[in-house]
Amino acid sequence: MKAVFLRDLRLAFRLGGGAGQSLAFFLIAITLLALGVGPAPDLLSRLAPGALWVFALLACLLSLDRLFQADYEDGSLDHLLLAPTPLEGVALAKSAAHWLTTAAPLALFAPVLGAMLNLPDAAMGTLVTALLLGTPALSLIGAIGAALTVGVRRGGLLLSLLVLPLYLPTLIFGAMAVRAAAEGLPVLEPLALLGALTLGCAALGPFAAAAALRINLS
Amino acid sequence: MSLIVENLSCARGGRTLFTGLSLRADPGAFIALRGPNGAGKSTLLRALAGLSPSRGSIRWGETSLAEDADAYQEKLLYAGHLDAVKPALTVDENLSFWAELHDGSAEALESAMARFRLKALASIPAGQCSAGQKRRLGLARLVVTERPVWLLDEPTVSLDAESARDFAGTVSAHCAAGGVVIAATHIELGVEGGRELWLDRFAAVPAKDGLEAADDPFLDPAFERENIT
Repeated sequence: MKAVFLRDLRLAFRLGGGAGQSLAFFLIAITLLALGVGPAPDLLSRLAPGALWVFALLACLLSLDRLFQADYEDGSLDHLLLAPTPLEGVALAKSAAHWLTTAAPLALFAPVLGAMLNLPDAAMGTLVTALLLGTPALSLIGAIGAALTVGVRRGGLLLSLLVLPLYLPTLIFGAMAVRAAAEGLPVLEPLALLGALTLGCAALGPFAAAAALRINLS
Repeated sequence: MSLIVENLSCARGGRTLFTGLSLRADPGAFIALRGPNGAGKSTLLRALAGLSPSRGSIRWGETSLAEDADAYQEKLLYAGHLDAVKPALTVDENLSFWAELHDGSAEALESAMARFRLKALASIPAGQCSAGQKRRLGLARLVVTERPVWLLDEPTVSLDAESARDFAGTVSAHCAAGGVVIAATHIELGVEGGRELWLDRFAAVPAKDGLEAADDPFLDPAFERENIT
């Protein structure tokens, strides 16, 4: 498991690995939104919680289609299936590596973009916490979608259709937490729900992804 | 322990490729799978690895694929058409990853690098290697993982004559140590004491017309009737 995790981290930072691309997408998409809406600080600060979460979701989604596809295309997936590490462990390790290389940097950069969208300073801490708590669920759910579409050529769009509806609870509670913080309301409840979603996905996601991979490989 | 296959049949894309195949591979056995294109050599190897569905019984000693797939699959290594090589990682990183995943020893890694002449390439990204070098890297995994059953699909494709000879030596050594090797090849691998298994003998379609006959719309009775009337 550790070997798979470290290999995926290494691959992400090598040529064509795609680490940083999600972050760049996140930066540019939020900048476009800020420029598109124009100089309307009140409107922007009202949009900020939802917009930050929606673009974080999309940025996370962008890199998902390569999660298992690359290993499928070069034959590695066959060998991972035969390896002593259970396939569930492989799916968990790959989800973890995906989260660390795509979603975690988004969470750390989010305050900069929050400032661009005129998000109140009081909400910045909650924004980072909510993203760090909630985005692992995105990678874990995404792994199920990636496993289901692994044999499909150009399955990126299908993957989005499968995965985005499942992202709804994370989006709702994530944006709710940031909005509550901006308005000075208690944030514990939505944050706790985000954490619960992530834990639930960590418990179920790898099994579902491994089952989908087994079906697709045979 | 032996690999025992009884009454196996495999289908691909809804078409039965072969039926009633039985074989027994005792320790030290080398079996060369033979047959025309489309006879099901690759499908049989994938079925033996548990990567493709099949009907019938496959077991290694007492461990049956149907009952305990994980324990069965831990006994074998499959080397298919694809080398499972990551172009962005160096040769050394590629092989070390598989060694670590399989708890291979450092000596096994060292000996695999030496036996497949990969030491000079160790720090080169695998993407810069030639097809033959990548194939050697893929095959080196066999030695790193130290598993008794090897399932090889055209292992010598794109290898030069010397590497192919070396590989035949590796296979012979594995058999001599009590391993089992089943390989699909079109060429003579040069392993002594091996036997051949002609898959077309088990073809679901009469061998005389070959497998293509079933696909020929002009031989379909329904088609003929339709056109006569």
